[in-house]
Amino acid sequence: MIGVARVYRWELAKLLAQKRTYLGLGTAMIVPVIFVVVLQFQSGGPTDVPLGRYIRDSGVVTPLIVLLFMSIWGFPLIAALVAGDIVASESHNGTLKTILTRSRERGQVFAGKALAAFTYTLSAVVAMGVVGVIAGSIAFGFHSFTSLSGTPVSAVRGLALMLASLAVYVVPLAGIAAFGLLVSTVTRNSAASVVSTLMFALFMQLIGVLPGTESIRPYLLGTQFDAWHGFLRTPTDWTPVVRAMWVSAIYIFVPLFGAYLVFVRRDVAGD
Amino acid sequence: MTDAAPVIARGLVKRYGDIVAVAGVDLTVEPGDVFGYLGPNGAGKTTSLRMMLGLIRPTAGSAKLFGRDPIVDGVKALEGVAGFVEGPAFYPYLSGRRNLQLLADYDEPNSSSLIEEVLETVELRDRAKDRVGGYSHGMRQRLGIAAALLRQPRLLLLDEPATGLDPAGMRDMRDLIRRLAGEGLTIMLSSHLLYEVEELCNRVAIIRKGSIVYEGQLGDLLATATTSYRLKTRDPERARTICLNQSGVENVTIEGDELRFSADEDAVAALSVALGQARVAITQLVAEVASLEELFLGMTGGESSDHDRQAVAS
Repeated sequence: MIGVARVYRWELAKLLAQKRTYLGLGTAMIVPVIFVVVLQFQSGGPTDVPLGRYIRDSGVVTPLIVLLFMSIWGFPLIAALVAGDIVASESHNGTLKTILTRSRERGQVFAGKALAAFTYTLSAVVAMGVVGVIAGSIAFGFHSFTSLSGTPVSAVRGLALMLASLAVYVVPLAGIAAFGLLVSTVTRNSAASVVSTLMFALFMQLIGVLPGTESIRPYLLGTQFDAWHGFLRTPTDWTPVVRAMWVSAIYIFVPLFGAYLVFVRRDVAGD
Repeated sequence: MTDAAPVIARGLVKRYGDIVAVAGVDLTVEPGDVFGYLGPNGAGKTTSLRMMLGLIRPTAGSAKLFGRDPIVDGVKALEGVAGFVEGPAFYPYLSGRRNLQLLADYDEPNSSSLIEEVLETVELRDRAKDRVGGYSHGMRQRLGIAAALLRQPRLLLLDEPATGLDPAGMRDMRDLIRRLAGEGLTIMLSSHLLYEVEELCNRVAIIRKGSIVYEGQLGDLLATATTSYRLKTRDPERARTICLNQSGVENVTIEGDELRFSADEDAVAALSVALGQARVAITQLVAEVASLEELFLGMTGGESSDHDRQAVAS
């Protein structure tokens, strides 16, 4: 475990030293700010989405609306940016052979990398939430608002629901990150991995809206991106939340295990 | 296990589909050796070293380091072993020192207390705070040695350590390797720079098209060469006739006023007497020991890429 912790710590340090990390985190933080600023100058609003009518009621609503817009491809892209790169770039730069000829087993190196990719993904979502609440509260105040079921929700309870929503959203997003790790490990090509991971996320959304896919729809990763809507109802609708947990777990562990097997057995030769 | 030889490769094979990168390598590196692993580019040197370090799986055969197989024992087989293949690679966005800190944390036991010392050894202390992205090729090679030394190895595996360095850099690298060998390290270095091997190594293996064509003492290899001689006389034509009639004197050629032939010592002694009796005045008689380069080109069929020829010529 100490081995994994050491690798994990250095993976985070490496992420903190790379521009792409800030590109992802920066995007996650700037979007809610732009959103709030635009609403300050425009009289309309995103009335066609759930909660859209209440956007000006409370700053707590801001990250939820932003999440609605970013959940489909914004966050998958942000997740793919690092997950698709974290193994491939080291293959490409030759640093993989440098670290694999020290004293850490390949499994430890892989675990550290996977944990770092998930940490970054979680950080991006949390960063959006924090910036969104702050920016929204500055613009619209920190007030109670109305849930999707039409019942009032206090500001503090709203904040808790918002955090729960982000937490439930981040689980299927980790499935995207896991897929990114798999392609990153298999293709050894950073750009190809980032693009194909994003394509995978969009494909998951696409087959969910095609006619005739109703029966498999609850088990698609894309569907789980909306599970957090359950928190916006009173009482909370746990059914999609619970399903999102186990369905996403499959989408996380299958590619992750595949990537692990490839990583521990593969030849580390020049690309 | 520590009494096992630093490197024992037996029947090492690596195939990529139809391409045979390494066709069956057997070699043994003994403690204290500075072992030269020679071959043209593409002969399979780097692929063999990768297998020894556990980076790629052999298709057949095994490589053991101090008796441990990296494929079976994982990184435990690399205890006491360090080195690099295909040039050392570092994180360009981290400083030299930070790269070493990272690698020290990947070592067991943690080797961070040695960082300043190894930076001093490779004379990189002044630049250690700069990002590796701005390092010259030579500085990266030296950082590669520093990273290897962090592990306090008993065996150092170096792939073309001087390749791409300028003449001063090459000399510094050779001095460093000699110093490390003097401290008792066993070193295996691959190279296609023959004078480098001639200067540093006591034992060599020559690989051609994935197979070992010679393994043994460098001295023994050089001794296998027949000695050739250059002869200058006042009368080259008559001297040539005498040479041709002298038993034991072979491969006689004439270039301008200079004769070349191969012979053993006794034949040369007899020849000088014969020339004296015929009153052919000798102005020069010089023995020329075949260089490693000639032996190498002979063994590897003279085949090498253009890049190789340049490197050999330079």
